[in-house]
Amino acid sequence: MKALKGFALPILLLILWQVSALAVGIHSDTLAAPVEIAAAFAAGISNGSILRATVMTLTAAAGGLAVGAGLGVAAGFLFGLLPPLSRLARITVEVLRPVPAVAILPIALLVFGFGYPMEISIIAFACFFPVLLLTESAIRQISPRLMEVARVMRLTSVQRTFKIVFPAVLPRLFVAMRLAAGVALIVSVTVEIAANPQGLGYNLMLAGQSLRPADMFAILFWIGLIGWTLNWALMRTERKLFPFHSLRRGEE
Amino acid sequence: MTSRANLAWLLASLLVTIAVVFFWQWIANTGYVSRVFLPGPDRAFAALMRDYNSGKLFTEMGETVLRMVVGWLVASIVGIALGAAIGISPLARTWIAPTLELIRPLPASAIAPVAIVFLGMTDNMILLLVAFGSVWPMLLTTIHGFSNVHPRLDEVARVMRLNTFERVYKIALPAAMPDILGGLRLGLTIALILAVVGEMITVQGGLGSRILLAARAFRAPDIFAGVIMLGLIGLVTNVALTALERRLLRWQPAPAH
Repeated sequence: MKALKGFALPILLLILWQVSALAVGIHSDTLAAPVEIAAAFAAGISNGSILRATVMTLTAAAGGLAVGAGLGVAAGFLFGLLPPLSRLARITVEVLRPVPAVAILPIALLVFGFGYPMEISIIAFACFFPVLLLTESAIRQISPRLMEVARVMRLTSVQRTFKIVFPAVLPRLFVAMRLAAGVALIVSVTVEIAANPQGLGYNLMLAGQSLRPADMFAILFWIGLIGWTLNWALMRTERKLFPFHSLRRGEE
Repeated sequence: MTSRANLAWLLASLLVTIAVVFFWQWIANTGYVSRVFLPGPDRAFAALMRDYNSGKLFTEMGETVLRMVVGWLVASIVGIALGAAIGISPLARTWIAPTLELIRPLPASAIAPVAIVFLGMTDNMILLLVAFGSVWPMLLTTIHGFSNVHPRLDEVARVMRLNTFERVYKIALPAAMPDILGGLRLGLTIALILAVVGEMITVQGGLGSRILLAARAFRAPDIFAGVIMLGLIGLVTNVALTALERRLLRWQPAPAH
């Protein structure tokens, strides 16, 4: 019932939009009625253009996430397990971290030109620092008692890493991945809008510039839906995989 | 850890950063990486100094900072006011908040084409983009802060017969302050990103359009100079807001470590 109430407002707004569009009869270069947008969306899906663009955007996002988060986790483990290393790198990390990822765009453009590598490198840069910091703090927050257990059992450092550290940080690692996945999608669309002529962002920009508002809103809606679905699916997986995580965190 | 040991580590860490810069110079000098892509720090610094001497550095930085700050301020006022209104009322939380959650995962830059259609390639379009993007963290953290006021504080408000305005101002706002300040900081980070994106799309001046134009003209030192300035803006604003946060939250017990 509560969930239904949440849908009332958007549906009401949609109906209002449609009714006012019918009443005024918009034939403009800037706005389209919901029914026209739905038709444009259906056309985009059936001729495959939206799906092709989606595959391009998601490929770049996944590639960037894999590279950036992979390096971030690796560096996070190193920094977390070897605190002196982390202390030595602190200023370097703090100086590089606030650089907005899109600022890297011109450098990536110069090095790679248009296409996947440029987009992936920017996404990787954007994902790297948050994952690094979250992984490092996850390792720091492992209960000292677990490390004592490792010592008592005389585990080697490799055994300790895989049998104690990795399972202990897994829930927080997943949270880091979920956040990074959101960042990856945002950055991929942003790069496509700002420069890279491929994927959903570019199609959105093109629809706007060639004054096809129905197409533009259809793609905008689709991007929102992808973002929402991604977030929802990852949240759900997280709750399924680590149902007690929040409880455990309360204890610490 | 004593403060002297901390200082030693800080110095060592600074040395590492300096070593990285020297390494960058060495790589650029050896020519393993083409000079077209990777200017050494010397050439990037020369580009910075040239712009500093001609006065262009601060005018362009000023444009970007102005867009970031104005958009962020608008977003803060709207976000906090709207967030407070929604957070304080259970009715609004049931009916309005889910719609906001529905819009939130939309990448903010995706509304740039829509904003362009309505406002053209103008300054106002960049401001709208910045404000739209940075309003979300403010809005959602404020709602969260206001709806999680401790029940006992609510009881206090009732016992003291505070009216709604007093309840918001004296009870809910201070209680929600940590959340709101976190949202403000996150919002400013996003505002900088979107100001740069907006400038790249519209080419209306500022550091964003500057570095993109430099890329098209293969002037790598100018790009690096611009990126250094953008990093500096990000660093300074983040440090400033973190300090503000700490100052405003002095009255709170420090979070347990």
